[in-house]
Amino acid sequence: MAVVTVTQPGQRRAPKAAKTSSVFKKVVMAVSGIILVLYLIAHMIGNLKVFAGRESFNGYSHWIRTIGEPAVPAQTTLTIIRIVLLAAVIAHIWAAIALWRQAKRARPNGYVTKKAVAQSYASRTMRWGGVIVGLFVVYHILDLTMGVANPEGPGTTPYDRLVAGFSNPLITAVYVIALILLGMHLRHGIWSATQTLGQSNKRRERTVNLFALVFSVVLIGGFLLVPFSVLFGLVG
Amino acid sequence: MTATREGATFASGTATDPAMAPHNMTLTLRIWRQRGPADKGRMVTYQVEDISPDMSFLEMLDVLNEKLILAGDDPVVFDHDCREGICGSCGLMINGTAHGRGTSGGPTTTCQLHMRKFKDGDTIDIEPWRATAFPVIKDLSVDRSALDRIIQSGGYISAPTGTAPEAHSILVPKKDSDAAFDAATCIGCGACVAACPNASSMLFTAAKVSHLGLLPQGQPERNERVVNMVAQQDREGFGGCTNIGECSAACPKGISMENISRLNHDLLGALRAGARPKS
Repeated sequence: MAVVTVTQPGQRRAPKAAKTSSVFKKVVMAVSGIILVLYLIAHMIGNLKVFAGRESFNGYSHWIRTIGEPAVPAQTTLTIIRIVLLAAVIAHIWAAIALWRQAKRARPNGYVTKKAVAQSYASRTMRWGGVIVGLFVVYHILDLTMGVANPEGPGTTPYDRLVAGFSNPLITAVYVIALILLGMHLRHGIWSATQTLGQSNKRRERTVNLFALVFSVVLIGGFLLVPFSVLFGLVG
Repeated sequence: MTATREGATFASGTATDPAMAPHNMTLTLRIWRQRGPADKGRMVTYQVEDISPDMSFLEMLDVLNEKLILAGDDPVVFDHDCREGICGSCGLMINGTAHGRGTSGGPTTTCQLHMRKFKDGDTIDIEPWRATAFPVIKDLSVDRSALDRIIQSGGYISAPTGTAPEAHSILVPKKDSDAAFDAATCIGCGACVAACPNASSMLFTAAKVSHLGLLPQGQPERNERVVNMVAQQDREGFGGCTNIGECSAACPKGISMENISRLNHDLLGALRAGARPKS
């Protein structure tokens, strides 16, 4: 910066500053993301109950709804989990939209030609990939939790809804695509959260990236086991 | 670190045998022309002939400008100073990458990018750094004083003036001094902002925060430095960091992403300790 060039003050329009610190937004993103990842681990392990049979899977579903009974009313624990998850999802989406808007303001007119040198496919698809995963979660709740979008319909057992849904190759395809997108989202997300919370350095960088990759593959692999097993008739 | 890189560049340059000297090139340039900050700007196509592979990218633009001046046209404005890769003045988006990093094969500044990296008949797109915080002055020249204001907001230490103190009176661990020096190699060219999909200046600010924060002399102002510099970069209208890594890849000095993690660590610690940005 040896040459200091300054445009006329009159010509320089003050850019609209972000109201909230960009790093604060990233911390909200990282912390809410970690909460959601912890939930995903429990969700994936719970799904594997399907291999222990119909009773085990339905019993697990029933247990989640009755934890703490009779000391607390039915569904208390589940409601608390749902409130925490909903808050995390809202915080995650708020941070994403705020950073997206800030980035748009920071470069309203893009390059005529722009090429990536280092960015991974995962990091490039965080925003639209996140939108798709978000829409998938809505569909997933309507399908398997509430049953309204499920071929078996509501009022059936979780196991029946699962088998009915994944017997349809089209529904399985939607789940597979969404889960792979989620896996990529997590790979970049885990690395990014480590950076944002100030826990990365040159020595750890490789380990963090390797962990993010292995974790995402194992988690998504565990999720994918269930629909593929139903589709190929291993579970029915 | 930088010296070995530049050494390597020179070695490959002198390896050219005169008998095997490649032919000079004819190139098509598509250059962003903008008359001033208020002008809308557009890409204009030019032809340059007889470009030697030994020329630097800026010398190639000099050839174009001489041709434009002789024809009575307005020469293309671009920033440059030392042309040795150390001042941070030059900086162009070349074929969509900052400092032509996609073409260079290694960390470089625009002035250290040589025409041997291109082929005869190539079309080269040349644009200015694009960010709200870097308004275009003219053509390829942008106002980067936003980076100076980030420095002013905290990129300093307070030291008593007078005779230089005994150099060994404050000992610095080798590991810390090496890391601080790596961060201090930042020349403030703005390639990190230009390359960032969010137009964030995080790598620049992180390099400055690391450079001073790792040294004993930087400790008294460590907390207020990081909160004020981050607040200033937000005020300048830069985007937020999403840890993509384009900045570090484009950086002529190879400033590492670990500096961003260190900035975040320092910032969270400073906020916990009650430091708040000056408004």
